[in-house]
Amino acid sequence: MIFSQLRKIGSVPVFLLALAVAPAHAQVLLRWAAQNDILTMDPHSQNHATTHAMMQYAYEGLVRYSKDYQIEPCLATSWEKMDETHWRFQLRKNVKFHDGSAFTADDVVFSFNRIKEPQGTNQIYVAGINEVKKVDDYTVDFILAGPHPLLLRNIVDFRIMSKTWSEKNRSQHIQDYAKKEETFASRNTNGTGPYIIKSWEPDKRIVMTYNKAWWGKLDGNVTNVIYTPIKSDATRVSALLAGDVDLVTDLPTQDVDRLRKESNVKVLDGHEVRTIFIGLDQHNDELKYASVKGKNPFKDVRVRKALNVAVDREAIRKVVMRGLSIPAGIMIAPGVHGYEEDIDKVVRYDPAGAKKMLAEAGYPQGFEFTLDCPNNRYVNDEKICQALVSMWARAGLRVKLNAMPFANYIPKLLNFDTSAYMLGWGVPTFDGLYTLQSLVRTKTTGADGSFNIGRVSDKKLDEMIDALKVTTDVKKRDEILKEALEITRDQAYYVPLHHQMRPWAMKKGVSIAYSLDDRPQARFATVK
Amino acid sequence: MIARRLWDHDLAWSFRRSPVTMLAAALTLICVAAALAAPWLSPQDPFDMAALNLGDAFSPPSWSYLLGTDNQGRDILSTIMHGARISLGVGIASVALALVLGVSLGLLSGYLGGRVDAVIMRIADVQLSFPAILIALLIDGVARAALPSDRHDALAIPVLILAIGFAGWVQYARTVRGSTLVEKEKEYVQAARVIGRRPLAIMLSHVLPNVMGPVLVIATIHIATAIITEATLSFLGVGVPATRPSLGTLIRIGNEFLYSGEWWITVFPGLALVILVLSVNLLGDWLRDALNPKLR
Repeated sequence: MIFSQLRKIGSVPVFLLALAVAPAHAQVLLRWAAQNDILTMDPHSQNHATTHAMMQYAYEGLVRYSKDYQIEPCLATSWEKMDETHWRFQLRKNVKFHDGSAFTADDVVFSFNRIKEPQGTNQIYVAGINEVKKVDDYTVDFILAGPHPLLLRNIVDFRIMSKTWSEKNRSQHIQDYAKKEETFASRNTNGTGPYIIKSWEPDKRIVMTYNKAWWGKLDGNVTNVIYTPIKSDATRVSALLAGDVDLVTDLPTQDVDRLRKESNVKVLDGHEVRTIFIGLDQHNDELKYASVKGKNPFKDVRVRKALNVAVDREAIRKVVMRGLSIPAGIMIAPGVHGYEEDIDKVVRYDPAGAKKMLAEAGYPQGFEFTLDCPNNRYVNDEKICQALVSMWARAGLRVKLNAMPFANYIPKLLNFDTSAYMLGWGVPTFDGLYTLQSLVRTKTTGADGSFNIGRVSDKKLDEMIDALKVTTDVKKRDEILKEALEITRDQAYYVPLHHQMRPWAMKKGVSIAYSLDDRPQARFATVK
Repeated sequence: MIARRLWDHDLAWSFRRSPVTMLAAALTLICVAAALAAPWLSPQDPFDMAALNLGDAFSPPSWSYLLGTDNQGRDILSTIMHGARISLGVGIASVALALVLGVSLGLLSGYLGGRVDAVIMRIADVQLSFPAILIALLIDGVARAALPSDRHDALAIPVLILAIGFAGWVQYARTVRGSTLVEKEKEYVQAARVIGRRPLAIMLSHVLPNVMGPVLVIATIHIATAIITEATLSFLGVGVPATRPSLGTLIRIGNEFLYSGEWWITVFPGLALVILVLSVNLLGDWLRDALNPKLR
């Protein structure tokens, strides 16, 4: 297994030789490895972190994030708010798709209709947009359902495909991923982005080259990218140490210190905008997996608070995460709009106090419940859960741990088949509303409460969250956001654990901008 | 009187003559005693979650933790003692299963001959063409698929015993069949048949006692192999769960931290496994030599 993967990477130099023969500017290769492969190459099909990370190389949206996560023009050069529900975008001229055809307003309208199709999972990125109208070849109008303070951040991942190319190749509809349908667009790409995807061999590698006709300019010097998914932690680290890859973006925490000491490797520290937390069933009248019969202890705020103070977040940071986490008091991470250090207060670790609170709530002997936990999704997920089991045991709670792979875990959660569960929530829009809307808003169909698995329901918070969606007065909106985060914290609707840190390791000669959303961009990378 | 006869017995004589065997026996005894007495002797109860302190995790060997602690703050010495209990238990139980199964099938096969013999021995041949570990993995995998997922942890140990037991019956069956073929032609068996004893009675009360010698030797060595198989399966992550670790599980947990310098988490359980298996093996070797008349 180890050898076959190294061999795969080993064959790369041959490919390089072929490239080196080609004239023009110098070829610079970045070999990057991480754990997961992409699911598809259809940019509208799957809302999946690794897939988005890779598709942004080939496909672009109307706007994009700068290095410091500000909105900057991309396929649109400027925009103007005609009124609260009507925005006008001027499109960039002389932009060519990789196949040479020109980019026009027709492609934007086509992509808008395509990404909305129900078999995809990316509709959230055009939520709140009723219609996209072509004004002329280089102007489009967005007609909104209501005021939309986050419109620009929301459409970053709404990527533009070529109308003529899609129709010519019978890919005008999104593949039906759940039915394992493959289309031309799920196996080939044709975007306007800085890199052209030359090939994708599933679970083996993705090969990309620089798009010489790109409208923009690279910040770095990388002209070729080879991405290799390597599942095993040890193999991925060995590949970096052996010099078979240049950049590794998910490191096993216990190896980070050792890599820092390596002379030919450097470690880039950073945190992901992802908060890891425990959710609790606050909906059922009797917990499904617990010893308490006839009532649901998690409906009692004293029990939830007891669970909160019984967690020694500092010990988790030091021992399980080896210093690579920021203990959390609120549900959003630094870097997300709405985050303030003075509201991210971590509750004091107090097992005796937890015991007292449980006794007050009527459980002097504690009770037993099952904690569901993924074992291959977040950094050290299962080990964190194991630590929680012993911490809660000291407060008198007997917790059974049920750990499983993420692929089995998500369907279980979406069926509400859990009493307590671990989840991590990242924020692609970099605004606290995304978290509150998905996790705290009372569940309805659609984006409201889409991952509110414990079915938290608080009328006051619902009103505040709905106000956040439409309030355009920045100051007023920030106040509501702060108060909503504080109520969520004080009612202990969730047990936040920490904000996850994710250092990257690379060869000494490589430099790259760290990305808070775990999407390394080769256009920001320099290889010496 | 009895003690005197035991002391004078051939086996005892050869035991006294071999210091290596005495050492092996002593080590085995220590391992078994430590494993049996683990709940009373171990410094910490590694299964009492409330007693664990994450702050103590990754402590290197010291006076308070003789062999250090693991990633959850469990005392390694205690986990080894409890782990050896599970390893030995699984080893002995699966050997017992393999022995009962193998000896019965071997007796039937050898004594009855004909079609029964052909069927049993062909099955044995087929099974011999797979490595035992593969068969154990197969049985374990099928059991996991068939059982509901929330019962996996509770049933992990019985499933493991079944898997290792079923993977090991062939060598018993073949040995017993061979000996039975020889024994059944002897006069005492013929005599029993003539006076009208039923085949089952002949097999159990006449043939069986005379074919058990080599079986005991195989069984001793097989205990060592079974412990290793269990450790391998647990190392691969299909054996006993991490909450009730065997030696193999402990080695797997520790293996993750080998790169980062916390060697004691994997090395000490590994050493314990080596000592246990080596001493059982040496005992088995000695038993084989002592029971072999040609080597006396």
